Amino acid sequence: MLRYTLQQLLKFFLLLFAVSVVAFVLVSVSPIDPVQANVGQTAWLNMSEAKRAQLSEYWGANTPVWQRFINWLGAVVQGDLGISLRYNAPVASIIAQRFATSAVLMTLAWTFSGVIGFVLGIVAALHKDRLLDRCVKAYCFVLASTPTFWLALVFLIVFSVLLGWFPLGFSQPVGVSSSEITLFDTIHHAILPALTLSVIGVANIALHTREKCIDILQSEYLRFARSRGESIVSQIRHHCLRNIALPAITLQLASISEIFGGSVLVEQVFSYPGLGQAAVTAGLGGDVALLVAIAILSAALVFAGNLIANLLYGVIDPRIRRSGFTSFSDSVKQGGANASHDI
Amino acid sequence: MLHTISKPATTAILHQPHLRKANNRKLLLVLLIVACVLLVATIVAGIFLSESAMQTNFSQKNLGPSLSHPFGTDWMGRDMFTRCIAGLSTSILVGLLAAATSALLAFLLAAVAALGPKKADVFITWLIDLLMGIPHIILLILISFAIGRGFWGITIGVAITHWPNLTRVIRAEILQCREAPFVACARRLGQSPLNIARKHMFPHVLPQFITGLILLFPHAILHEAALTFLGFGLPPEQPAIGIILSEAMGYLSAGMWWLAVFPGLALIIVVLLFDLLGSNLRKLIDPYRCQE
Repeated sequence: MLRYTLQQLLKFFLLLFAVSVVAFVLVSVSPIDPVQANVGQTAWLNMSEAKRAQLSEYWGANTPVWQRFINWLGAVVQGDLGISLRYNAPVASIIAQRFATSAVLMTLAWTFSGVIGFVLGIVAALHKDRLLDRCVKAYCFVLASTPTFWLALVFLIVFSVLLGWFPLGFSQPVGVSSSEITLFDTIHHAILPALTLSVIGVANIALHTREKCIDILQSEYLRFARSRGESIVSQIRHHCLRNIALPAITLQLASISEIFGGSVLVEQVFSYPGLGQAAVTAGLGGDVALLVAIAILSAALVFAGNLIANLLYGVIDPRIRRSGFTSFSDSVKQGGANASHDI
Repeated sequence: MLHTISKPATTAILHQPHLRKANNRKLLLVLLIVACVLLVATIVAGIFLSESAMQTNFSQKNLGPSLSHPFGTDWMGRDMFTRCIAGLSTSILVGLLAAATSALLAFLLAAVAALGPKKADVFITWLIDLLMGIPHIILLILISFAIGRGFWGITIGVAITHWPNLTRVIRAEILQCREAPFVACARRLGQSPLNIARKHMFPHVLPQFITGLILLFPHAILHEAALTFLGFGLPPEQPAIGIILSEAMGYLSAGMWWLAVFPGLALIIVVLLFDLLGSNLRKLIDPYRCQE
């Protein structure tokens, strides 16, 4: 187990390192002039050539990329992610604050889409080739081709403008002091964006669960269960659920990447002040430090999702747990042997 | 229509399934041709309409959908239908270019990974994992930041972010093919590696590649629209669905729903058409599945 943890940790840090290198290289080849981006268009135009050179010296625009990267890495290891240009505050604090807002949204959407997709998939499989199944399939097919941001716009038109059920945007009511904001307000503002994300996210998991469930419904052990007279609920509960849970969980944890991407678009439409909106602002405004930090954070989230999926296999599937355990004990033995050699 | 023609049950029952299968294939072919014609027509119409798409007419602004303006008009009196077609045309062009480039890249990298030295395989697999570890939109924002915006910026951005999935598929296919008995046999018969690749492996991988290529379009088009919507893609003066929708955002609270609803629907139809093309083409070109 220790070895597995160490291996995953090593992989994690290598990935983060690689992502930061890629992000750094991409940012450094940008045609955007850092000095111009930092001081703004008008100030840059009114500036003398000497002043520009002085500033570019001050911000290190002339130092080579690898040296800048090492400087940045050294600061990051000490917990300093730099200062955000657009928000004029330390990147770490902005990310922490934005992440809290986005986390509400993404958790809601992730849970809803997973549960609804899973149930829809099972229901469709039970009604294979009948009306209900065809409806679910058509829904998934169309939803897979729908742009997230367009759906967000349509929801905004229908539920906020025409029906007036939900606010037009933001994560909190405007013009109210933060002490008066209730939990209800927060949830009320998050429902519509979360709904958009869930409706889109359902398609993938529903289709996969359906396929898998149809396979299992045709298996011999299920036929046996049926001939014994087990009810549908009991069949699903005792024979189907564990088998279809594994791919569904993998898929749902792998979809963190898509939910993150979707949240960028949805947050933009609903003016929801989360990480996604910050990423767009950073990208458009040339805020390099914030952009790189968000890219790294998103990669870390995706990695965490995959890691959790790997760990959950053992919890759900006793076969994997058992084989995992033998390899685990083997590695312990080997580790022990190595240790004795060292001594 | 076609399957309503049924023969009397007394004669030739054994032949009936054959007839229906042939009809299915033909029906599919017709469907595919219709889809292709629709897409090409959109591109051509868009190129011709791009001039009139920019035409403003302030006496006819903010009109809802009607017979003369099926999609309504915007706040400058531009006809939304013309704008949509022009926008779709740009989107399809970007999608085609990006998807084709991306698929070619995927093919080359997969071939190098599967047939080249072990180190190349390790590196390419690692690169795939790395690129798939960052959410697409974030990666696209980073790339757009690096190479700038505009038509070429977004095409290159989409092209270099969409190959990993297809590369994985084709790499696995080539690896499987390399171990196949018929390839081993050809090797023993003294065929040169180039010949084996050309005669035995390429035809085997081709259906996967073509389907993968066409199924890349929907992703490419959706990501182009999303990126343009966020402001990283095409410039505002170019007609594009992303631009139309992001401009429409400001007029939604005024109740001008047609500015957003129709362009989005048009985009969905185009994406669905490509999806349909890709998933059905497989049945026509893959010998294993052509009887379905």
